[in-house]
Amino acid sequence: MPPWLDDFFWTYQNLVYALGVNGLLALSIYVVLAVGQLSLGQAAFMGLGAYSSAIMTLKFKLPFLLVLPASCIVPVAFALLIGGPTLRLSGVYLAIATIGLGEVLRAVYLNIDWFGGALGLSGIPERAGIGSIYGLLAAALAVLWIIGRSHIGRAMEAMRTDETAAEVMGINVPRYRLGALLASAVLAGLAGALSAHVSSFIGPNEYGFEPAVTILSFALLGGIGTPIAPVLGAWILTLLPELLRGLADFRLVFNGVIIVIAVLFLPNGILPFRLRRHGRP
Amino acid sequence: MSVLLELAGLTRRYAGLVAVDSVDLAVAPGTIHAIIGPNGAGKTTLFNLISGLVTPSEGQISFLGHSITAAPTFRRAALGMGRTFQNIRIFGGMTVLENVLTGLAPSFKGGIGAVVAGLPALRRAERAAIARALDVLDLVGLRAQSDAPAASLPYGDQRRLEIARALASSPRLVLLDEPAAGMNPAETAALALLVRKIRGSGTTVLLVEHDMSFVMDLSDRVTVLNFGRRIFEGSPAEVRREPRVIEAYLGPKVAARLAVVAQ
Repeated sequence: MPPWLDDFFWTYQNLVYALGVNGLLALSIYVVLAVGQLSLGQAAFMGLGAYSSAIMTLKFKLPFLLVLPASCIVPVAFALLIGGPTLRLSGVYLAIATIGLGEVLRAVYLNIDWFGGALGLSGIPERAGIGSIYGLLAAALAVLWIIGRSHIGRAMEAMRTDETAAEVMGINVPRYRLGALLASAVLAGLAGALSAHVSSFIGPNEYGFEPAVTILSFALLGGIGTPIAPVLGAWILTLLPELLRGLADFRLVFNGVIIVIAVLFLPNGILPFRLRRHGRP
Repeated sequence: MSVLLELAGLTRRYAGLVAVDSVDLAVAPGTIHAIIGPNGAGKTTLFNLISGLVTPSEGQISFLGHSITAAPTFRRAALGMGRTFQNIRIFGGMTVLENVLTGLAPSFKGGIGAVVAGLPALRRAERAAIARALDVLDLVGLRAQSDAPAASLPYGDQRRLEIARALASSPRLVLLDEPAAGMNPAETAALALLVRKIRGSGTTVLLVEHDMSFVMDLSDRVTVLNFGRRIFEGSPAEVRREPRVIEAYLGPKVAARLAVVAQ
């Protein structure tokens, strides 16, 4: 590595990690929005991935190669658990129910000593890095891209446009909904495990309501026409606070203004293009 | 098989209203069967019961000899039942071709793994689906527009696209909910031709329609509903002569006067 790159990386290491992790979180909200579900459990799933992976590393001394895939298990179990009762809800009711999951879990982390209570878990060894974070992000993007162009992508867009019509076409709507929720849990769980293993510390307040809304705003800004769109949204919203350091306390205001402008004037996001959803004839 | 779709005592109650009241109906394969009746007679509710969007309060539905009373909508579609809607419900953001391909959803068996692996069987299925979709677009006369965004089509073409989407998977039965609504006479005539072609291709047609000349010219059999009940069923000629049908549409006073005039 040339010295200037080394310097740059040293200075912006956390930002580089955050861009990759937030990219995965953007894909996590993308998969549920792409089937027309306003499910806001991504931050909660991320927290489950972070806590379960940190505990596997700290208390059971498991190798990271095992911890990383295993970090999906708990979020997926919770997704299955809440999937049955909540997937009959739609729109804002589903949003509220899934935000509730995040708040319940926050209270659990806070009040159970095994999870570190209010202090969280610290001293998590730095096991993840550029390779694991961006490798998984690239793999997730590629998989979602291929799926988006297949009959599954068509079914997802059909559901998002008109669920009744999609069902009349023979699309198993409940199965797709659950599938999207599980995929969302996997992606957020991985993001949680990766971020826990680059930041050395996790706390109960990192996975509540505010991050849930931030993750949603990635997709609102970027759009959901292609999988890359929400990732771009995440990158912009992660970089902006750094670029706007001069604005000090007004940074969040500026962030908010950008989201409002995007929602008002770019209803399909800054990357409104859509995938062609069929193969070659 | 002499009966493709059979309804027995089918009833749907809402609070204070019986939308469909113990309706019996037998649709013979290879026919065009129309359901008519004044506004609010329960025609669309009957369609929603048949396609599974509304669950019956009582009664049985059987299709191709299987009871489908409790089957979810998507399974009925996979068994071979297509439908269109009274208010057009195409997928506006998709292209014309993608809309029709979506109608072929039941013909794809592979899941995420098969898609990501790019299995040859799935690629063949996709190629066959595209060929079939283009054929159906030919049938309704929309092949030239196959790459256009569906929302950009004029109204009449959107109706035809919806029919193409319903026909894509070669269903045994297609339900057309007011297909001629909002069409001009030329478009209606073309639609009548299309419906005959559909029957000719082996798909049975069950339709709800208000355009009486369209129904009477086209149908093999007509069922008349009023206030949720089946009041008559017969050939178009029998329906035209039936005093109960005239009464349902025009009210008892006018019907009685017409009967006097006829004598």
